[in-house]
Amino acid sequence: MSDEYENKSGYQAQSSEALTGSAGSAPDMDYVRPAELPEQDLYHGHTFLTKWVFCQDAKVIGVQYFLTAVFTGIVGLILSWLMRLQLGFPGLAGFITAEHYYQFVTMHGMIMVVYFLTALFLGGFGNYLIPLMVGARDMVFPYVNMLSFWMFFVAVAILMASFFVPGGPTGAGWTLYPPQTILEGTPGSGMGILLMLISLALFVIGFTMGGLNYMITVLQARTRGMTLMRMPLTVWGIFTATVLAMLAFPALLVSAIMMTLDKVIGTSFFMPTILKAGEVLEYGGGSPILFQHLFWFFGHPEVYIVALPAFGIVSDLISVHARKNIFGYRMMVWAIVGIGALSFFVWAHHMYVSGMNPWFGFFFATTTLIIAVPTAMKVYNWILTLWRGNIRINTVMLWCLGFIVTFVNGGITGIFLGNVSVDVPLSDTYFVVAHFHMVMGIAPVMVIMGAVYHWFPLITGRLLNETLGKWHFWATFLGAYSIYFPMHYLGFIGVPRRYYEMYDSPYMTSAVGMNEFISLAAFLVGAAQFILIFNIIKTLKTGKPAPKNPWKANSLEWHTSTQPPEHGNFGERLPVVHRWPYDFSVPGAKDDFIPQTTPPSEVVHTKVEKT
Amino acid sequence: MSDPKIDGFELKPGFRGMASDTGSDQTMFKGVHWGKAMMWIFLLSDTFVFSCFLIAYMKGRGSTPVEWPNPSEVFALEAFGVPVPLLLIALMTFVLITSSGTMALAVKYGYEKNRKMCGWLVLATAIGGLTFVGMQAYEWSKLIHEGVRPWENPFGAAQFGSFFFMITGFHGTHVSIGVIFLFIYAYKVFAGHYENGGKRGWFTTMKGDYVEIEILGLYWHFVDLVWVFIFAFFYLW
Repeated sequence: MSDEYENKSGYQAQSSEALTGSAGSAPDMDYVRPAELPEQDLYHGHTFLTKWVFCQDAKVIGVQYFLTAVFTGIVGLILSWLMRLQLGFPGLAGFITAEHYYQFVTMHGMIMVVYFLTALFLGGFGNYLIPLMVGARDMVFPYVNMLSFWMFFVAVAILMASFFVPGGPTGAGWTLYPPQTILEGTPGSGMGILLMLISLALFVIGFTMGGLNYMITVLQARTRGMTLMRMPLTVWGIFTATVLAMLAFPALLVSAIMMTLDKVIGTSFFMPTILKAGEVLEYGGGSPILFQHLFWFFGHPEVYIVALPAFGIVSDLISVHARKNIFGYRMMVWAIVGIGALSFFVWAHHMYVSGMNPWFGFFFATTTLIIAVPTAMKVYNWILTLWRGNIRINTVMLWCLGFIVTFVNGGITGIFLGNVSVDVPLSDTYFVVAHFHMVMGIAPVMVIMGAVYHWFPLITGRLLNETLGKWHFWATFLGAYSIYFPMHYLGFIGVPRRYYEMYDSPYMTSAVGMNEFISLAAFLVGAAQFILIFNIIKTLKTGKPAPKNPWKANSLEWHTSTQPPEHGNFGERLPVVHRWPYDFSVPGAKDDFIPQTTPPSEVVHTKVEKT
Repeated sequence: MSDPKIDGFELKPGFRGMASDTGSDQTMFKGVHWGKAMMWIFLLSDTFVFSCFLIAYMKGRGSTPVEWPNPSEVFALEAFGVPVPLLLIALMTFVLITSSGTMALAVKYGYEKNRKMCGWLVLATAIGGLTFVGMQAYEWSKLIHEGVRPWENPFGAAQFGSFFFMITGFHGTHVSIGVIFLFIYAYKVFAGHYENGGKRGWFTTMKGDYVEIEILGLYWHFVDLVWVFIFAFFYLW
């Protein structure tokens, strides 16, 4: 036993505590074994081009991803305005033809799901936060990381180019179901769909390069003392989502390649024998259902690729702003991992009406409903984290609370849709639109907004205006509910989704007023987002400088040598981690937070738990 | 390779060791180079790509209403006036598997810092890969000559040509990329880029090490393994 201690004190000389000094404390208690790897070799750019354009610093890449994704998001938002203009006030804007409407629907869906949310959470927040939160100097492959962003940039450029080619962008719906997607008569069946498929393939390649970075940084480049179970849940969420993406995007890549071949050289992977205007087309013998399987094998994990980072981030935000440790940390981690694993076994619940063996539907209904268990655990844990917490009702917390409410709402409608017998009548109605917008549209966006208000001081060194933030929140939250809550009702009365106009079908005439109301709310919510943009511009110009660690958080990103952190993140020495990031309001501690780097010898008199 | 020595951390065997590695700080895979871990995960992702292709092939072959062509007739090669089924494919497979062997030896000599031997073996692997691609090009041109096209063929279901050209083409692209990198790495080994602490890379500016040969080897073995599956599904089924 004594030998062991001697051995440990031998290493003590190398740990930073011995050098920074915590006099009079037992040194063995602060022991953290030495670094396994030498310091990371970093390339520091000197020119404008290497510093800001082809930059290898994950933080700059994160901001580049963020801004590009937000640009696509604004395009998606404008498309949704145009759609609501047509649905609420048919014929008012004469230029919106049926073809245009389908193109808006398609591009809105694809942009929001893939190019906005996925890129923003994994590329934006992932790049910025992973190295900082796990205590790394940068991503492990900075050069590949840089290529990842530029590949994404090219993918976005190609996607946007499809608006300007003859025939316009594809109008096949974001699911791109064959055979109609590539047949004449569907808007954008020429160049539009081709550019979409190329753009998706490039996105997958670019994402793979980024995803490898995120995964290896989390697995192999954590700082001393940072175990997996001491990582902030943000990192767990982004990490698990990345694993999902690495395994789900291959299906999208394969389906994009096969459909491109169907389109360009006339193979029939997905194309059955087709009669068109009395003539048999050259296609034949393919299986459209195969595409649906491939697409949803990507598509369902994609939902969780968007949701899991949101789960992780919101857990951290709630914990920090309620000054309380996250309830059931390990349960939260396992719930994230469990949801991620289950998400690969539920894809066919998107295909209940495509025609399948009833037992198949039964299986997928069962697995779908099982996902509700870990998800519900997470919701309970968020609420129990708030319970008896020292809640600060600031803008960040408002967004978090908005997220919980919206997510529960969208989750419960998911239970309806997961059951085959309930799904069949509700399928392809506005009920579905309401469900997925609530659960994977509004809820993750609420988290993004919360995260923007939370980490803005870290990234820019200035605090966003709280008053404007609250206006932004309430307009968005109430507005979003005004949009999607009535849509459930529209779905129940049978209004089909994706229709350009309802004309005077009897059930629709009763809902004309409601549709107008939804449209007005949609215009308002979209406009409310410009409050944020105004707030950001105003803050950058005249905002007050943020103090160091303004929210009094524990995780490593707030304990860098400078704020905003410079390239290399932590100055001379990497931090040494002694605890999880959730030691808030520990009885006996002098502050209501204990940063992850605080050694145990400094908090011996407190009731801090060993983590 | 022997187990790495980790300062202040005891490596245990079996599941217990795996659990303690996972629960430890800093790294999950002790002593594993970042690039090597990355290649493993990339290959896992690529496995999903090829699995999707092959499952699509099975589904396509299973659901087409027209008869599937008989592979032993389609892929037969005339040798001395006698049609021998699968002759070319057997040769191709032999060459590719052999190149995996030379690759494995290159890794060994690389870690032994035997620059010359390592370089020659990487070059041999590259030539093996190039031979494979050449033979595949010959096979493709023969089939195209016989009238097989991605959208039709004289032997039966049109999907036969579609899947054959797509999947072997995708695999061939992997082999070709591998061959290009093998030539580059053969040059780098001969030029001594991995000696004396390593020379900085052209693009990444990171220092080179013989572990890169092992990483390239992982990719190469993967490409071979995938070929075994393609071989089984296309030529033996």
